[in-house]
Amino acid sequence: MKSLKTFARGGVHPDENKFSANAAIEALPLPKQLVIPLGQNLGAPPKALVKKGDIVKVGQLIAKGEAFISANLHSPASGKIAKIDDALDASGYRRQAIFIDVDDDIWEEHIDRSEDINRTISLSKEEIVARVKECGVVGLGGATFPTHVKLMIPGGKTAEYLVVNGVECEPYLTSDHRLMLEKGEEVLIGIKILMKALGVEKAIVGIENNKTDAIQHLKKLAENYNGIEIQALYVKYPQGGEKQLIKAVLNREVPSGKLPIEVGCVVSNVGTAFAVYEAVQKNKPLIDRVVTVTGKAVKKPSNFLVRIGTPVSDLLKAAEGLPENTGKIINGGPMMGKSVSSPDIPVVKGSSGILLLPREESKRPQPKPCIRCSKCTVVCPMGLEPYLLAKMSKLELYEKAEKDSIMDCMECGSCQFTCPSNLPLLDYLRLGKQRVGHLIRTRK
Amino acid sequence: MNDILLFTLLTLGLLGTVMAVILYFVAQKFKVIEDPKIDLVEDVLPKANCGGCGFPGCRNFAEVSVKAANETQSLEGLNCPVGGNAVMKAMAAILGLEVEEKEPMIAVIRCNGSKANSPAKVQYDGPASCAFAHNLFSGEGGCQFGCLGLGDCVASCDFDAIHMNPETGLPVVNDKCVACGACVKACPRGIIELRNKGKKDRRIFVSCINKEKGGPAKKNCSVACIGCSKCFQVCPYEAITMENNLAYIDFEKCKLCRKCVEVCPTDAIHELNFPLRKPKPEVADAPPKERPAKVVAEAAAPKADETSNETKPDNIA
Amino acid sequence: MNMFTISGSPHVHGDESVKKIMYTVVYAMVPAILVSIYFFGLDAARVLLISVMACLFFEWAIQKYLIKGPVTINDGSAIVAGILLAFNIPANIPSWIIIIGALVTIGVAKMSFGGLGKNPFNPALVGRVFMLISFPVQMTSWPVPKALFSSQVTDAITGPTALGILKEGVGAGKTIEQIMTDPNMPAYIDRLTGNMTGSLGEMSALALILGGIFMVIRKVIDWQVPVSIIATVFAIAGIFHLIDPTHYIDPTFHLFTGGLMLGAIYMATDMVSSPMNMSGKVFYGVGIGLITIIIRLWGAYPEGISFAILIMNAFTPLINSAFKPKRFGTVAK
Repeated sequence: MKSLKTFARGGVHPDENKFSANAAIEALPLPKQLVIPLGQNLGAPPKALVKKGDIVKVGQLIAKGEAFISANLHSPASGKIAKIDDALDASGYRRQAIFIDVDDDIWEEHIDRSEDINRTISLSKEEIVARVKECGVVGLGGATFPTHVKLMIPGGKTAEYLVVNGVECEPYLTSDHRLMLEKGEEVLIGIKILMKALGVEKAIVGIENNKTDAIQHLKKLAENYNGIEIQALYVKYPQGGEKQLIKAVLNREVPSGKLPIEVGCVVSNVGTAFAVYEAVQKNKPLIDRVVTVTGKAVKKPSNFLVRIGTPVSDLLKAAEGLPENTGKIINGGPMMGKSVSSPDIPVVKGSSGILLLPREESKRPQPKPCIRCSKCTVVCPMGLEPYLLAKMSKLELYEKAEKDSIMDCMECGSCQFTCPSNLPLLDYLRLGKQRVGHLIRTRK
Repeated sequence: MNDILLFTLLTLGLLGTVMAVILYFVAQKFKVIEDPKIDLVEDVLPKANCGGCGFPGCRNFAEVSVKAANETQSLEGLNCPVGGNAVMKAMAAILGLEVEEKEPMIAVIRCNGSKANSPAKVQYDGPASCAFAHNLFSGEGGCQFGCLGLGDCVASCDFDAIHMNPETGLPVVNDKCVACGACVKACPRGIIELRNKGKKDRRIFVSCINKEKGGPAKKNCSVACIGCSKCFQVCPYEAITMENNLAYIDFEKCKLCRKCVEVCPTDAIHELNFPLRKPKPEVADAPPKERPAKVVAEAAAPKADETSNETKPDNIA
Repeated sequence: MNMFTISGSPHVHGDESVKKIMYTVVYAMVPAILVSIYFFGLDAARVLLISVMACLFFEWAIQKYLIKGPVTINDGSAIVAGILLAFNIPANIPSWIIIIGALVTIGVAKMSFGGLGKNPFNPALVGRVFMLISFPVQMTSWPVPKALFSSQVTDAITGPTALGILKEGVGAGKTIEQIMTDPNMPAYIDRLTGNMTGSLGEMSALALILGGIFMVIRKVIDWQVPVSIIATVFAIAGIFHLIDPTHYIDPTFHLFTGGLMLGAIYMATDMVSSPMNMSGKVFYGVGIGLITIIIRLWGAYPEGISFAILIMNAFTPLINSAFKPKRFGTVAK
């Protein structure tokens, strides 16, 4: 067998633990109340259009993104606006959110709710971008960058490839995997729509080789779709990083500090492609997403189709409860996810999974002195020296850290994962990045 | 033998002379003409090089002060908080100027979310850095305005004036504080404020900066300012302002009458170094209010070595 | 109450640990230990035992009574230092010298810099060089290897090492052919298996290479360092051998005699004192090889690898700042 493609430098192999890989996507019933935080996308939060007491339908616009980088929000349920107030976000900070008391499931009329697959793309390039913007689609891989902004290629640049991320390199998570298996054709149509909007002829879907069923399924479907290539990839974390993915499938290196368009690529997630399909072909705004609920002690690891704003505790209930010995709740995967303080936070557009770690795994081992083994340098996919940058950040040598490319760090956590001394390398790198970023901004 | 000795002496002597001559000319050539007052001023400064004056060090402060005195004949805006009035007077005397007497200041911790008042709901596991934890989450007690208790202020202090109290998990300022402001800058949440030291060290301040409404604030912390405005109404000197559900006492206007302390329903207003007041007979049937943290806090300043076991060791250094 | 933990990502950790690395090194040294016990009998076991026990004791005592901090002797680093120190000394050395050597190794070269991870020089080598300079007689009278356990018989016969014979012969103006006829000179096959005089661990090149391959597979060392050292020594010795075969011995002789294999595989690769980046590691290895062969061919000492490693250890910080890994998305300089 010919060896599989992957990115060249660094990377680690965490235990995959994809317990929920065989659990079909299950739609979750609507909760009594939805909490929809306004700041769900990267960039400026949208502005609320509704007020207390308003009656909304499913899919009705409730907050409008006015800034250039912002995204619309739509009501995921029909009911009454209970209040607009602060609600806990994943970090435990209180941010503005819209509370909706759900009474029924009445949809806006213009949304096509049928299951039929609509294969003809009738909208023009500009119409697609406008529709995607209207429907509030954001990157569902985790970064929640507004998709319509991504589709507007900056002047002077041309896109050559659409690289679709079906890698799902985070351990445990399976939401993209299930989506590719169950909504494969819709995903491919979504990719076609994105290709049309970008004006590219070729799209490559990168999928790690631990999802052979999804690779087979999509390969078969892709025979009917010109220009879409399914590329199986060697399993290595962090292949889902957009720069690593482009390196893996096309062997192109995005220059430091630049965007993928610099090498003629636009990267999108399979979840986003599905959301684009629904927006363009079905007129359905982004009001739900697939969320994996998993963990070693979870009784029923599952993939749920959840309305935005559903409390995480409802998801846990549907997965047959929060295990007794849970020590950490993670919003996202184990490598890049965020630990949250309570299960009362709502599902947002960027939630790809809820991971429950048992207590014995949630505490970090006691840090020991750095033995200069250079393993962090070896595994760093960006070619940085994490041990050095962490130390500079601790000693507040921010100018030096900047010179040693601290801003190239993508916070994948490979260094800390591999460190035999259990040092909090990424914690200090993050702190350093934030300080250096501040320095750079004040310099301008 | 004698020849060798003589030869050695001659060579070294000659070498020494030549070097001395070269050094003399070099020193003449590169001589920097400097106002002698700079050295004099620098001598009276505390030489802590803390940066509290806003300049990189005492030498730089001396240079700026002398320049200001020569050009504008005033020392306005220049102040050495560490040396205080004595140093500023001595400096003014050297420069032939007069300075206004400034009231001494001290750093004040405006959070009382101790382990008892704001019990931990989650457990933080990571490096002992407030700056990092601030970005990560709202705090163990759940208050997004409250003290994280990881000691960035302690680390920033050059004067051994601020320490963590392991019992409360809050920093405590002692009288070594010179109000240099390093901790004010170090705190990512802006909890620490430089306030008037006050007569007999007596101070009254709102020990909370929570801007949330009463309900959520009180949920996380029993001694939060809930924005009830009672203190605002009772203050006879208009020293208290209300903004974003939070009371603030202007220390310039405050006359230390203590009326606000009495009306505060959550004990968020602290009085320091006042004599104990007499128990009031009319509230005797009500359960006596517990206010241990207020008066005791400053007295129970722990020693430096007690605090080290509180913070988690990490070995990046 | 069920209290959740909050920490930054990543929330999982690989199975690497300091302890695991140190014990992997210990396992990798087992073949060489067995060979040394086979050739030197109980004497070798005595040296190893005293060295390891002394290193452990000094580390414990210093951490407990001088630093008054946590005691971390079970992380295996003191055991590694102890075995490496024993590997560098002759089997018939008096026990008290080993204890002094262990004190220098742990006390001076490791703990005084701050303990594990902070030492700029390889501790075992510092101990070895200290002993070599302080006790030159005891450190350079090597016992002749015998069959297992026979050295219990009093006073083992001592003899010069192969490199010593070479150095002395070249110094006396003899040609290589004449030197090779010296009765003490070990045969080729003996040089390979280790049946010759020498320090404990430098006996069998085969056993050392075996351990080295194990460590490379377990990713405890990188192959760049030993390979670049050995290649440099081989290349330079080879060039001179080609130019003048009567005065310069063939390069394989250099590879399998003395401490080259021990130094290249176990000492130069010490994580703490070697460079962090791959290109830097190659530079470091070439430097060690170069200094080693210069000392061997023209220096006063017959063996130079310990000095070479210590000298290059001193350059490690400079190498670290000069050789950076290639950043992703930049053009290689």
